[in-house]
Amino acid sequence: MIEAFAERIREAAARGSGLRLRGGGSKDFYGNVLRGEILDTRGHAGIVAYEPTELVVTARCGTALGDLEAQLSANNQMLAFEPPHFGAEATVGGCVAAGLSGPRRAAAGALRDFVLGLKLVDGRGELLSFGGQVMKNVAGYDVSRLVAGSLGTLGLIAEVSLKLAPRPQAEATLRLEMPQARALEAMNRWAGQPLPISATAWHDGELTVRLSGSAAGVRAAAAKVGGAAVDAAFWTGIREQSDAFFSGPEPLWRISVPSTSTPLDLAGDPLIEWGGGLRWLKSGENPQSIRDAAKRCTGHATLFRAADKSAGCFAPLEPVLARLHRELKSAFDPAGIFNPGRLYPEL
Amino acid sequence: MGAALPVVKALLEFLPQRAVLHQEEDTRPYECDGLTAYRQLPMVVALPETEEQVQRVLQACSSMNVPVVPRGAGTGLSGGALPPGDGVLLSMAKFMRVLRIDPLARLAVVQPGVRNAVVSELAAPFGLYYAPDPSSQIACTIGGNVAENSGGVHCLKYGLTLHNVLGLRGFTIDGEPIELGGAAPDAPGYDLLALAVGSEGMLAVVTEVTLKLLPKPQTARVIMASFDDVEKAGAAVADVIAAGIVPAGLEMMDRPATRAVEQFVAAGYDLEAAAILLCESDGAPEEVEDEIARMKTVLGRAGATRMTVSRDEAERLRFWSGRKSAFPAVGRISPDYYCMDGTIPRKRLGEVLGFIAAMEQKYGLRCPNVFHAGDGNLHPLILFDANNPDELHRTELFAAEVLEKCVEVGGTITGEHGVGVEKINQMCVQFRPPELELFHAVKRAFDPRGLLNPGKAVPTLARCAEYGRMRVHGGRLPHAELPRF
Repeated sequence: MIEAFAERIREAAARGSGLRLRGGGSKDFYGNVLRGEILDTRGHAGIVAYEPTELVVTARCGTALGDLEAQLSANNQMLAFEPPHFGAEATVGGCVAAGLSGPRRAAAGALRDFVLGLKLVDGRGELLSFGGQVMKNVAGYDVSRLVAGSLGTLGLIAEVSLKLAPRPQAEATLRLEMPQARALEAMNRWAGQPLPISATAWHDGELTVRLSGSAAGVRAAAAKVGGAAVDAAFWTGIREQSDAFFSGPEPLWRISVPSTSTPLDLAGDPLIEWGGGLRWLKSGENPQSIRDAAKRCTGHATLFRAADKSAGCFAPLEPVLARLHRELKSAFDPAGIFNPGRLYPEL
Repeated sequence: MGAALPVVKALLEFLPQRAVLHQEEDTRPYECDGLTAYRQLPMVVALPETEEQVQRVLQACSSMNVPVVPRGAGTGLSGGALPPGDGVLLSMAKFMRVLRIDPLARLAVVQPGVRNAVVSELAAPFGLYYAPDPSSQIACTIGGNVAENSGGVHCLKYGLTLHNVLGLRGFTIDGEPIELGGAAPDAPGYDLLALAVGSEGMLAVVTEVTLKLLPKPQTARVIMASFDDVEKAGAAVADVIAAGIVPAGLEMMDRPATRAVEQFVAAGYDLEAAAILLCESDGAPEEVEDEIARMKTVLGRAGATRMTVSRDEAERLRFWSGRKSAFPAVGRISPDYYCMDGTIPRKRLGEVLGFIAAMEQKYGLRCPNVFHAGDGNLHPLILFDANNPDELHRTELFAAEVLEKCVEVGGTITGEHGVGVEKINQMCVQFRPPELELFHAVKRAFDPRGLLNPGKAVPTLARCAEYGRMRVHGGRLPHAELPRF
């Protein structure tokens, strides 16, 4: 299978024509233009190695993310970054290429934190291997983590090894009434205390908090946090954006800011996650105003879902970083064939 | 001195006299880092104090095509800060300020010359700390930690430097300012922050680091468990993980290591045991209570012959004191020792320890083992006498075989010490030419003329071809152009 991928890549490179690397297509909505002939990765599927005692799984790109998570769950383990699927057809390769993390991000870390190694077919059709299956590895540049979240613009992720975490013994989801500014203060204050908070979300005067840990630890923390218990299914709605907040025709912005930033002075409906670090905003406001507001608090804004993407999905890069991006892109993909324009027009 | 003159002159245009060293008696202290077997006098040492001075040093060197090697405290164990004989050693020692601690945002903004342990000391009044704790933490600097992606004894639960750095500011070799990451999560574009951490000073020079601080666990307790067999101890580690426990620390020492340590610090280790495990739980008191009980059950079932749980903080620190002083303790029982840093999948531990024992026989050298068991990171310590050239040569071969074994079982040649100049030949075993070529291309993206820390971390293909030929010829290495220890 890899040889077939490599052959197509070499052909495309020779012709200089774009390839659109695609798993299940669950994240086709994400990023700028979709250009090039589809290269479907789902034929290269399956778990290559999984030993629960090593806390590592290695899976091929086309493996369904749902299947992988079910396997882990059967062994009482999980992907701690809680990736969104955005559809049953989501694949492991697409998950890593998109680099998106879910509600547990602020507590457990981002997807890239759990990438231990990967195999990549580069723009010359060469199968390369970086990192490995061990927790600690500082041999060579950390190319695996560079590739995570690069939206398929550096190469075809053929296989990836991810660090796992045990599932918590106990969880509780609590809801408190609170205005935005107070919720931001509370989330930051709690995060500085030894409390087992694994997720937070604020919307429309309600702060929802998830606690995960030992039964005794969760019980003790619940008494400190307060609020009323609600159904844990709430977090699926947030992660998968099936919650009512995410519906409607207005553009959806994903604004990333330091967690202690005060409420953003922007028109629209906000939903806050990650202890204050992630601010979703449904807003028809001028993209430049939104980007400027994010920049003022040293953050950045991504146009996550929208019919009109003419403003560009991702915040523009400073000139030096933009040049480094172009140089890296041409190191991995000299003919510029992988997902052209999806991340930035020049990549 | 002839070649140094124009460089010294250029640097003195913006640096004071005391910040530019070029006389041998001044540059001598910089001739090596923690890997003392490699020594090289730098042509010039520059000690800037401001970001602007760093930028100008880089601009000056870049315009004159002069190599630059950044250096922190010089505690690195792989020769990453070995100076350039024909260039400038850029010491960041004067960047010692903690610029900001923000307790609500749980972050610290520090200069790269700040020592690792200082961050936790300053964060302590807020109930916070900086998690990565390399054994050299009282001396090593944050800048060096970033360059090497340093670890410590709590990585399994709290991650490496990479997981605890939020952002970097610095300059490219041409003096262009760059900012990577930051306090806002998930910076747009490629994850250049992840690429920069652990890049061994090859891609950029860091002048400011934003670190993540964590709430200090309320309490911690450690179990010291004895095993009558090293493999059983290894299996016990797997059992703990399989039980869904992520210990705050999980360390192993074999009997030669505990015996060396016990003479040195009297940590109270069981000297009859073939191996001991230190297994720590931290968190809220009720959580720790519960987790220690679960750990004890698992370790007991795995065949622990004795278990002692620390009763108080003093005893906990005493149990750790032995592990943390393993290197100096071994230094007392042997004129020299050589510390390896391979990582392996935990399940291959028994096999690799067996291999190391066989190598002890083969080369006639002793090798106590200390091991970050939780994350598979081995530190076998080969004992030798550097004054005996044959012992030195045998040590070299011993180490090369062990590192290559680590690669063979699916591990890596370095878990946390870096490649530097020390393991550059083993990079040829771990990576194939197309991967090494890509590393060089990544380097060129940042530093097209290869002026920043040249010759480290990534071998040239020519060097690998040479090394491959040497390996083929009876597995005996000739003396390389550099002294190896």
